[in-house]
Amino acid sequence: MSDSYSHIALEGIWTNNIVFTQLLALCPLMAVTDTATNGLGMGIATTAVLAASGATVSIWRHFITQEIRIPALVLIIATLVTLVEMGMNAWMHQMYKVLGLFIPLIVTNCAILGRAETFASRNWLLPAFADGLFMGMGFTIALVSLGAVREILGSGTLFANASYLLGSHFSFLEMTIVPDYKGFLLFVLPPGGFIVLGFLIAGRRIFDDFLFRVLPEPRNDAEDEPEPAGAAQS
Amino acid sequence: MSLPTPPSAPYAHSSANVQRTMALVMLALTPSTLYGLYIYGWPAVFLFALTILSALAAEAFSLALRRKPIVMFLGDGSAALSGWLVAATLPPWAPWWVAVLGGLIAIIIGKQIFGGLGQNVFNPAMVARVMLLVSFPVELTRFVDPKPLFSQGAPDFSQSLQIVFGQIEKFDTISSASLLDQIRTVLKQGGDVPGGLAEHYQPMAMLIGDVPGSLGETSALLILLGGLFLLYKRIITWHTPAAMIASIALIAAVMNLIDPARYPGPVYHVLSGALLLGAFFIATDYVTAPVTNTGRLIFGAGAGALVYVIRTWTVFPEGVAFAVLLMNALTPVIDFYIKPRIYGRNRAGEPLPGPDDAG
Repeated sequence: MSDSYSHIALEGIWTNNIVFTQLLALCPLMAVTDTATNGLGMGIATTAVLAASGATVSIWRHFITQEIRIPALVLIIATLVTLVEMGMNAWMHQMYKVLGLFIPLIVTNCAILGRAETFASRNWLLPAFADGLFMGMGFTIALVSLGAVREILGSGTLFANASYLLGSHFSFLEMTIVPDYKGFLLFVLPPGGFIVLGFLIAGRRIFDDFLFRVLPEPRNDAEDEPEPAGAAQS
Repeated sequence: MSLPTPPSAPYAHSSANVQRTMALVMLALTPSTLYGLYIYGWPAVFLFALTILSALAAEAFSLALRRKPIVMFLGDGSAALSGWLVAATLPPWAPWWVAVLGGLIAIIIGKQIFGGLGQNVFNPAMVARVMLLVSFPVELTRFVDPKPLFSQGAPDFSQSLQIVFGQIEKFDTISSASLLDQIRTVLKQGGDVPGGLAEHYQPMAMLIGDVPGSLGETSALLILLGGLFLLYKRIITWHTPAAMIASIALIAAVMNLIDPARYPGPVYHVLSGALLLGAFFIATDYVTAPVTNTGRLIFGAGAGALVYVIRTWTVFPEGVAFAVLLMNALTPVIDFYIKPRIYGRNRAGEPLPGPDDAG
C-alpha cells in the first residue's frame, strides 16, 4: 500500500514529470514562467485542479461511459477550474491579475485531461487524488525552476512580488540576485522559455544518467508494479 | 590533392575543403572589416577581438563537452568566421559583454546545440545578432560617428579600454544614429523622405563607408569587392546576392514611384545597413541556405522582400538579420519542392529513355 503511494509520488514528481518527461502543458509553462512567483501561482492553481479532478473523476468513473468520457471529463475539469479561478480572484487578487487569462485556460491543459483519462478514471479515489496531487507538485517544481532561471537571467531578481501570492509575511522571499542588472529581455520572452527548458531537460537527463551509473541495482518496481492499490476493487 | 592517379574514380579532385572555404571568406571580409576597424578606432578593435575570442572559447567548450577533437574543429575556422560576422554587425563601440555574449550565443545556441558545423538550421551569427538586438535594444542601436585611428578626437588606447570595459554612458554625447534610424525619425516627426535624405544622405559616403553604422558593414564598395572575390573564387554563386539585391531594389523602386515622400528609392535601400554584407556573406551560408540555384534565387528574393518590409513597416529600423533567419526557416521547404534533376532521370525521377528504347 505505502509502496504504491511512494511509487505514485516518485512518478509524479520525477520519473514521469508532466513537463520534463511527458513534455505536456508547455503553453502555460512558456506563458507564465517569466518569474518564479508566477510559476508558483500557476503551479498551485494547476495542482488544486489536478488533485480535485482526480478525486472527482475517480468517484464518477463507473457512471461515465467510454463514448461520452471526453465531454464529461472536460465538464468536471471546467467546473473545478472555475472554482479555482473565483477563489484566486477573491483571495489572491493581485496574483489573479498577473496570471489573468491563463487561469481559465487551465481547462485546456492537456496534462489534466491526460491524468483524468489514464489514471483517475481507472483507479480508486485515494490513489487518484494522490496522483493528481503529485503530478501537480511535479508540474509546480518544473514551473518554479524554469521561472527562477528565467527570472534570474532575465531580470536579476528571484521571487519578485511573492507577497502578491503568499501574503506580506513572505516578502522576505523577494530577492535581488544581481543589483543594477540591465535585464536580458530574451529570457523574459517566450523564446527564452524554450531555450531554458531545453537546457533544464538536458540537465535532468545528465542527472538521471549519473543516478543510473551510481545506483548499482535500480529499483525495478517501475516495470513490475501493477496498477496501484485500489485498482483491484474497481 | 597531388596524389598519384587512383586506380578507380573519382579521378578529378577539387581542393575545396572547409578550412580553405572559411579562409577565403575571411580574406574577402578583410578589406571592409579593416576599414571598419580603422574608422571606428581602438574600441572597435577590442570589440572585434573579444567577439572572435569568445566564439572560439565557446566552440572549444562545446567540443570538449561533446568529446569531439577540439584542435581539428577549431582549426577549420568556422567558429572564428561566425564570431567575425557577429562582430561585423555590432555597433563598433558596444560594451565588452555584448561581444562576449554574441560569441557565446552564436556558437552554443546557434550552432553546437544543433550538432555542430553543418547541422544548424539558422545562421549562427544572425541568431546571435537577433538575440542581442531583442534583449539589449539600447546598446545595439548606439552608433558613433567615424573617428579614424590616430586622428584628432579619436579615443586613445586607454580611453578605448574604458569605452569597451567601463561606462559607455560617459560617451553619450558623441553617439550618433545610422541613416536608417535618421530617416525613420524624420518620418516620425512628420518630415518627408526627400527632406530627410537631403539632410543626412550622402551616397558617396555610403559607398565608401565613412558613416555611422555597424563595425563591418558600412563600406558598400569594399563589401562588394569581397563579394566579387568570392564569386570569382566560386565560393558562392551569383544567385542569392543578385536575387536579394534585385528584389529589394525593385520593391523600393516601385514604392518610391508610388509615393516618393514616404518611401526612399532603391539606391538608399541597397547601400544602407547590412544589406550588402547580408547578401554576399550571410545569405550565402552553405549550411542554412538552399542547395539548388533556383532555390537560392527564391531564398534571395524572399530575403530582400522581407528586409524591405521590416525596414519600412515594423518597429525595427534594420531587418537583414530577421529576414535571413525567416528565410532559413523556409529553407527545408524550398529544398523539398525544388530538387535538382538526377542525372539520367527526368524531373519526376523516372529514368530517361535510353538509346535502345527509341527504336
